[in-house]
Amino acid sequence: MAKLEMTVNGRKVSRVVDDRTLLAHFLREDMQLTGTHVGCDTSQCGACVVHVDGKAVKSCTMLAAQASGAQVTTIEGLSSGADLHPVQRAFNEHHGLQCGFCTTGMIMASVDIIARHGGDLDEATVRAELEGNICRCTGYHNIVKAVLAANAEMHGASQAAE
Amino acid sequence: MYETTYHRPASVEEAAALLAANPDAKLLAGGQTLVPTMKQRLAAPSDLVDLRHIAALRGISSEGGRIIIGAATPHAEVAGDATLRAACPGLADLAAHIGDPHVRYMGTLGGSIANNDPAADYPSAMLALGATIHTSKRDIGADDFFTGMFETALDEDEIIIAVSFAPPERAAYAKFPNPASLYAMTGVFVTKGSAGVRVAVTGAGSDGVFRQAEMEAALSADFSPAALDGITVSPEGLLEDLHASAAYRASLIKTMARRAVAAA
Amino acid sequence: MGIQGIGASVARKEDRRFITGAGRYTDDMVVPGMMHAVFVRSPHAHATLGKIDSAEAEDMPGVIAVLTGEQLKADEIGNLICGWAISSKDGAPMNMGEWSPLAVGKVRYVGDAVAVVVAETRAQARDAAEAVMVDYDELPVVVDALEALKEGAPQVHDNAPGNLIFDWEIGEKAATEQALAGAAHVTKMQIRNNRLVPNAMEPRAALAKYDRAEDHFTLWTTSQNPHVARLVLSAFYNVAPENKLRVIAPDVGGGFGSKIYIYPEEIVCLWASKRTGVPVKWVAERTESFLTDAHGRDHLTEVEMGFDANNRIVGLKVDTIANLGAYMSLFSSAVPTYLYATLLSGQYVIPAIHANVRTVYTNTAPVDAYRGAGRPEATYLLERMMETAARELGVSPAELRRMNFIREYPYQTPVIMCYDAGDYEASLDAAMKAADWDGFPARRAEAEARGKLRGIGMSCYIEACGIAPSAAVGALGAGVGLWESAEVRVNAVGTVEVMTGSHSHGQGHETTFAQLVSDRLGLPLDQVNIVHGDTDKVQMGMGTYGSRSGAVGMSAIAKALDKVETKAKKIAAHLLEADEGDIVIEDGHCKVAGTDKQVPWFQVALAAYTAHNLPDGMEPGLKEGAFYDPSNFTFPAGCYICEVEVDPETGKTDVVQFVASDDFGNIINPLIVEGQVHGGLAQGIGQALLEDTAYDASGQLLTASYMDYAMPRAADLPSFNVGTTVTPCPSNPLGIKGCGEAGAIGSPPALINAVTDAIGVRDLTMPASPRRVWEALQAKA
Ligand SMILES: Cc1cc2nc3c(=O)[nH]c(=O)nc-3n(C[C@H](O)[C@H](O)[C@H](O)COP(=O)(O)OP(=O)(O)OC[C@H]3O[C@@H](n4cnc5c(N)ncnc54)[C@H](O)[C@@H]3O)c2cc1C
Ligand code: FES
Ligand code: FES
Repeated sequence: MAKLEMTVNGRKVSRVVDDRTLLAHFLREDMQLTGTHVGCDTSQCGACVVHVDGKAVKSCTMLAAQASGAQVTTIEGLSSGADLHPVQRAFNEHHGLQCGFCTTGMIMASVDIIARHGGDLDEATVRAELEGNICRCTGYHNIVKAVLAANAEMHGASQAAE
Repeated sequence: MYETTYHRPASVEEAAALLAANPDAKLLAGGQTLVPTMKQRLAAPSDLVDLRHIAALRGISSEGGRIIIGAATPHAEVAGDATLRAACPGLADLAAHIGDPHVRYMGTLGGSIANNDPAADYPSAMLALGATIHTSKRDIGADDFFTGMFETALDEDEIIIAVSFAPPERAAYAKFPNPASLYAMTGVFVTKGSAGVRVAVTGAGSDGVFRQAEMEAALSADFSPAALDGITVSPEGLLEDLHASAAYRASLIKTMARRAVAAA
Repeated sequence: MGIQGIGASVARKEDRRFITGAGRYTDDMVVPGMMHAVFVRSPHAHATLGKIDSAEAEDMPGVIAVLTGEQLKADEIGNLICGWAISSKDGAPMNMGEWSPLAVGKVRYVGDAVAVVVAETRAQARDAAEAVMVDYDELPVVVDALEALKEGAPQVHDNAPGNLIFDWEIGEKAATEQALAGAAHVTKMQIRNNRLVPNAMEPRAALAKYDRAEDHFTLWTTSQNPHVARLVLSAFYNVAPENKLRVIAPDVGGGFGSKIYIYPEEIVCLWASKRTGVPVKWVAERTESFLTDAHGRDHLTEVEMGFDANNRIVGLKVDTIANLGAYMSLFSSAVPTYLYATLLSGQYVIPAIHANVRTVYTNTAPVDAYRGAGRPEATYLLERMMETAARELGVSPAELRRMNFIREYPYQTPVIMCYDAGDYEASLDAAMKAADWDGFPARRAEAEARGKLRGIGMSCYIEACGIAPSAAVGALGAGVGLWESAEVRVNAVGTVEVMTGSHSHGQGHETTFAQLVSDRLGLPLDQVNIVHGDTDKVQMGMGTYGSRSGAVGMSAIAKALDKVETKAKKIAAHLLEADEGDIVIEDGHCKVAGTDKQVPWFQVALAAYTAHNLPDGMEPGLKEGAFYDPSNFTFPAGCYICEVEVDPETGKTDVVQFVASDDFGNIINPLIVEGQVHGGLAQGIGQALLEDTAYDASGQLLTASYMDYAMPRAADLPSFNVGTTVTPCPSNPLGIKGCGEAGAIGSPPALINAVTDAIGVRDLTMPASPRRVWEALQAKA
């Protein structure tokens, strides 16, 4: 058994889990943070993306034990209270989700993309950067729009992408 | 995933001791290959020895005219490192196109070359750069390191510490991704440096990464895409699968080589 | 229209829970004492099942039961059925083989469930599943439908000789042959429609809980139609009578058809829960989804189309073989027949049509409806033919289509369907304009200068949606009626709850259905709640598929609203001492038209419930239900134009422009409709460019993960240029046609027509993968 000490969504947690527990399962089953989804078994769909020490990683491809000592942020911790994160808001406004299953991973990935590119984003970059996130519902069109719009808002660019 | 026991050593020595004490242990770097394999129950290490917290294994530096990259340096760091980008942009670009952003945050150079997946990107770069692989036991030249599909010269209990190479004059990588997995269906890394021209091909060989001697000769005489026009790549010994026949891969090798030379 | 009413691009109400991670999918459900099921699946495509030795597995940590097909049969659980009876042309009923939820005697495809392990954790169940020892005696395998029909092919089911399920026909054979014989030109093609794996991102899942004290079951499951699930589980699978079974489909992560059907796993979880006395949860791993979700398409067709000297179509002859896999899934028989061949007239006047369809068993996963279901296969056939014929005849593909368009309605086709309204030329013109059709030669030349082969292709599709008039489908063999239900419940303070039999798994019903109510009653959206997906809360309904929720589901709500309004007007008239006929409902008030007399909506509702002052003899309350049975199918249609660039050196195709011009009739929420089109286009482009399902000769699925099955990703697709033209649908009160499937139906032929145009070949099998395109170019050179 592995003893974990980590900060999840700003809260310190300490648990003992089976060494083979994946971070995704730890979050879903031990922490009841079911916003992190599992959509595949080959580490390709990105439904499980969370931030570990500020970086977007696939929580299905990391043992919970590997994340011990880290700061973990899940979709549930992205915004606080009634406020939504600008990326969450943009997904709503631009209809960037349908069934919602890929959405939490998409949003976590998008926050990371925007942070990394510091305002300097275009459609082609967003599409390339979404390589690790599969959506079956939206055809990506409105996801791309939402990411560009959130980027414009967060970096004060004058116009949202059309 | 089968039962396993997780360890987090703080030094290479401690990691080596853990490997020695547990014959069915495996090193865990980024886990971007090993964890999926374990999830599919295709690997069942009794113990996992995590290398991500050993500072000595991480980072990129330039020493004595050579670039040194720590084995546990993630792809994202390789892609974004200023020293490397100045010395060998082709390698940084290669790293920037491995998998997806999430994979690049976790996956490491050491893990990639230790695994030597026939469709992985890094092995072609190591071979074309004539890199040296520094391990816990010895130094191994890239030409001797990659010994076949998923096979390397590493002993069971040997740990890659770093790789190093002399920056080439020119280098570039051209990759044609598999439409499903996005791994290399064929990738060609070309370099021109003090050791001459080297052309390494990944994704195509049924024995894993290999050097293309005929192209090296042609490019040594004339380092231009046109120099490759007269060459016919034989499909013999190339991989055949759902996504590409050997003949198609042979054609891709030539196309990717030409594009790499043009970009170098 | 109000700003939140019909026609407004309202952002979705339901999004909040999804974007904050508060959506509740089946795998998110936890009940006390819950244990986990893992299935033991056949690694062989065809084998006689021998002894199952579970002794070792039963002794493993956490394991409480290992159950097999023999035990299931002993408990009299029924076989899975196909709910649509289709007869062969000689009148013989279809040859439906037995499908036991856990295999008995034989396994017939890789992934066939053989046993189930129930344990405390998922990992323990999986460990134990590996320890179940099963004896298999391997049998010869057939995976290809054409091979399966050949003499001496391995037999999948004893009662389907030659693996033939039925040999069915539609249309006039003699007339069609005669028309073709007299044609000035005949275009002939062999066309394959590739097998697809639906891949809803949420894998299938089930959580079954048996309550011994009440002798009652609750099932949470990933279903597009929980009521139909309950009906079938009760009536055919003998799990429990309907009043003892509650089926809940909570948030569902996409369906695309694959979550219509009842699968073995739900049945087994329910049964196992009763046998073990604990709640049992099963969640598919993606590999299991690939192996066992009902696949889509898989047709092989020989087709001939004849033209007269003026290029008018004179006849169409179609001979299709449809691979239905190892078992007949719930609607599998209807897909390659009534959902396919009835659309073979497309948008064209075709005086004579004949289609013959043979459905075949093979040792592969069952095949059933996948987004579009039959209609993509029909459209692909016709639109590849029209394009190829235009090239052979040396005329513009747009003009060949235009001159053959149907222009008068109602139009009775030779294949059952009677189109009620449309304007195909309007879609064609709009698409050509949006695509800058005339500017294509210049773009092609510019691409050529960059070493790229640029091509353009179009497709004019029609589909039949809003399935469907119950009496009509009943006459054609359907086991159920295809109406929809609604109940509109006005609360005492005037807020509204709508119980709908439709189910939303991404379509946004919580918003669009509320918009309808908002529009009619003049209430803000947040005062309207849509309730769906729970058989205990909602009256019997038929669920969501076939783009029917708008046209049928909302029509039911509209009908219930009519009744609510009638009663509310009576109450208001009484309160205002006015004539009932003068009352109008707007802006949250009941008003006397032409005066300033009005009473707020909530007071009317309150009056209905206090019942202190109601018209004589009126019952208290304000709640009405309705069942709506459509009078016809609806016929969305449109024109798609695709432009591609092919890299001749690698064979890689880039979609550089995609224009969609659709006629969906009236539109409730343009934002959501566009989203539906985008998603459909991605799936259609995925089929044409990337997705392929391959079995090897031994029946192993070679594309059983995202490592080998190419899913469309963001970088594979362009931003889409979508627009609509409108001819309202005359067959339902809202004038809606449905938009859920069009994108997937119309796009594959447009893309393949573009690629074949780019590379200058006639035939190209989907998907146009780099390898196929490169090989086609090599063969041409
Ligand atoms: C979705 C996805 C897409 C991917 N796409 C690509 C791609 O396009 N191109 C590509 O090249 N790769 C790709 N990969 C693989 C990725 O690059 C991996 O990160 C890499 O192959 C392995 O590195 P790792 O650090 O994750 O190693 P791990 O998975 O941790 O380990 C891999 C193997 O190497 C051994 N090992 C690790 N470190 C050392 C060391 N220092 N010394 C000795 N042995 C060691 C381990 O014991 C194990 O056997 C992809 C992976 C995923 C999940
Ligand atoms: S669940 Fe993590 S990548 Fe699919
Ligand atoms: S919204 Fe359903 S998978 Fe993306």
